[in-house]
Amino acid sequence: MSAFVTLNNVSKTFDVSAPWLNRVIERKPPSYLQAVSDVSFDIRKGETLALVGESGCGKSTVARLIVGLYQPTKGMITVDGKDMRLVDQTGESSQALRRKVQMIFQDPYASLNPRWRVADIVAEPIRTHKLLTDNAAIDKRVAELLGYVKLTAKDGEKFPHQFSGGQRQRISIARALASNPEFLICDEPTSALDVSVQAQVLNLMKDLQREMGLTYLFISHNLQVVHHISDRVGVMYLGRIVEIGDKKQVFGDPQHPYTRMLLDAIPDLKMTGKARTPVAGEVPNPLNPPSGCAFNPRCPKKFGPCDKDRPQLIQFKDRQVACHAAV
Amino acid sequence: MSNAPVLEVKDIHIEFPTRRGVLKAVDGVSFSIAPGEVLGVVGESGAGKSLTGAAIIGLLEPPGRVASGEILLEGKRIDNLPYEEMRKIRGRQIGAIFQDPLTSLNPLYTVGRQLTETILTHLEMSREQALERAIKLLEEVGIPAARERIEHYPHQFSGGMRQRVVIALALAAEPKVIIADEPTTALDVSIQAQIITLLKRLCRDHGTSVMLVTHDMGVIAETADRVAVMYAGRVAEIGPVSEVIHNPQHPYTMGLMGSIPEFDTHRERLIQIDGAMPRLDSIPQGCAFNPRCTQVFDRCKTERPELLVAGKTRAACWLHAK
Repeated sequence: MSAFVTLNNVSKTFDVSAPWLNRVIERKPPSYLQAVSDVSFDIRKGETLALVGESGCGKSTVARLIVGLYQPTKGMITVDGKDMRLVDQTGESSQALRRKVQMIFQDPYASLNPRWRVADIVAEPIRTHKLLTDNAAIDKRVAELLGYVKLTAKDGEKFPHQFSGGQRQRISIARALASNPEFLICDEPTSALDVSVQAQVLNLMKDLQREMGLTYLFISHNLQVVHHISDRVGVMYLGRIVEIGDKKQVFGDPQHPYTRMLLDAIPDLKMTGKARTPVAGEVPNPLNPPSGCAFNPRCPKKFGPCDKDRPQLIQFKDRQVACHAAV
Repeated sequence: MSNAPVLEVKDIHIEFPTRRGVLKAVDGVSFSIAPGEVLGVVGESGAGKSLTGAAIIGLLEPPGRVASGEILLEGKRIDNLPYEEMRKIRGRQIGAIFQDPLTSLNPLYTVGRQLTETILTHLEMSREQALERAIKLLEEVGIPAARERIEHYPHQFSGGMRQRVVIALALAAEPKVIIADEPTTALDVSIQAQIITLLKRLCRDHGTSVMLVTHDMGVIAETADRVAVMYAGRVAEIGPVSEVIHNPQHPYTMGLMGSIPEFDTHRERLIQIDGAMPRLDSIPQGCAFNPRCTQVFDRCKTERPELLVAGKTRAACWLHAK
């Protein structure tokens, strides 16, 4: 299968300099935050790629870059063969592109307009993209969409505050599906939910994927959730992908010390009383990343070249890994 | 180690009077914690686990109130103490760790000042001794260069380091019990492991009992000795951790365990509990779980089950009625 979404050496730098006057008076240099550096990957049609990593590793920035909420500083993103830079322009092809790519956000309390009825929220993409114009047809479609996410047409008359967190997240999914997208970007869709509700949402997402042939980019910090839902996994650390490959390979036989560390840090339900191997250190400041491999100050396998040369992402044992010690 | 419990909660009810009637947020919860024991309390949002913790430290926010029941600390009732006396117990005998380390520290004071203030309030010692003790505490919780960092403000610490400071604060006056309310929820998984290991080690060293409130079964699995599963303001099941996890007796616990994705047992679909926890104003008659339960029968809809012996745990479920 060919790639549906392609990222080619995508980087994003944010200008986090102090205000101009402070820079002049206090002689502060401008400072830049490299949120995403040289990220490349493909997502095939109908598969789920998950990105995992700790807070601040750039996984949400990647999501926002793909959906077009940020423009990459360097590199190119294509979805279904079309350059995502189109999204900033007007015209038919950019509209079509926007329709194809939809996003589900983390916080179901913040992502729904509290003053709108659920039916209007779900109908908004249909009206914006002029997919249907006749009101009766829109109502029918909204009812159908609410049905997909196990809500009833009557729920459309209510306001978001009348729903629980899990139901709201299902409304977000219905809204995302309203424009008949092919590609959904899910940024921590279940992090704000309780486990039993999380199970409902994950099951629903899997069912919808099978029925509609959707492609997912799934962002999460929860490795068990990622293991459950994804086909392939990319592990990010400080703006870079350190390991990416098939779920079974990456989780079953991790090659990068950081992947191994994340896996070891998961509390194990099976082994009650067993202490986890806590990892020394914390994520370094992204404004001043360590030289060489960004993981070297925390790495148990650190040796000679690690704090001098940055390891490249290379093919190794059925996956790509960026580590001097592994290869 | 004596077997008399450090902390006992007896049939506690917490209510919120509202214009539309009284809401029962916690409805008859009882448990006890032995010296040095870690009791995990799990449940979904709104199950009443945090409120129970808040009631124990006497920090229920009005209009919430303890309507009935008793809380005993080493056999003495503490739920009816006047404010000033409760103030002396809080911190000295019951420590607290909250979810968000940034809001539980005062941003305007240095970490050292907050620690010495706590120490001086509860222990008789000079300012110099208190400072030395504060530095020792920071070293104990694994803050490097504690002597310099004691001069720093909370914003100069990372999330994990801040939570270490909060733990140091909780331990400052050597309390007998610590109420830890979601202490690792705001932290990344690698930092979470550090904090849990630290909390476990310190409590073992100091012989402190812990009530660990969390929604994360994994954290409970590796930290707690016993676990209480809460649902809609009641304890659904309580027992030794390994029993509750491997051999749950209450249908809710079974569903909860099945809905956690795991690595080795790969399922195409997760077991899901349909529906959601009832709202406080519409808790069903009988067993609160009955509308979502797969094994429901007539008695569940009318009579409310008490905790019944079920294997090695106790479960509030009519399936175990003999």
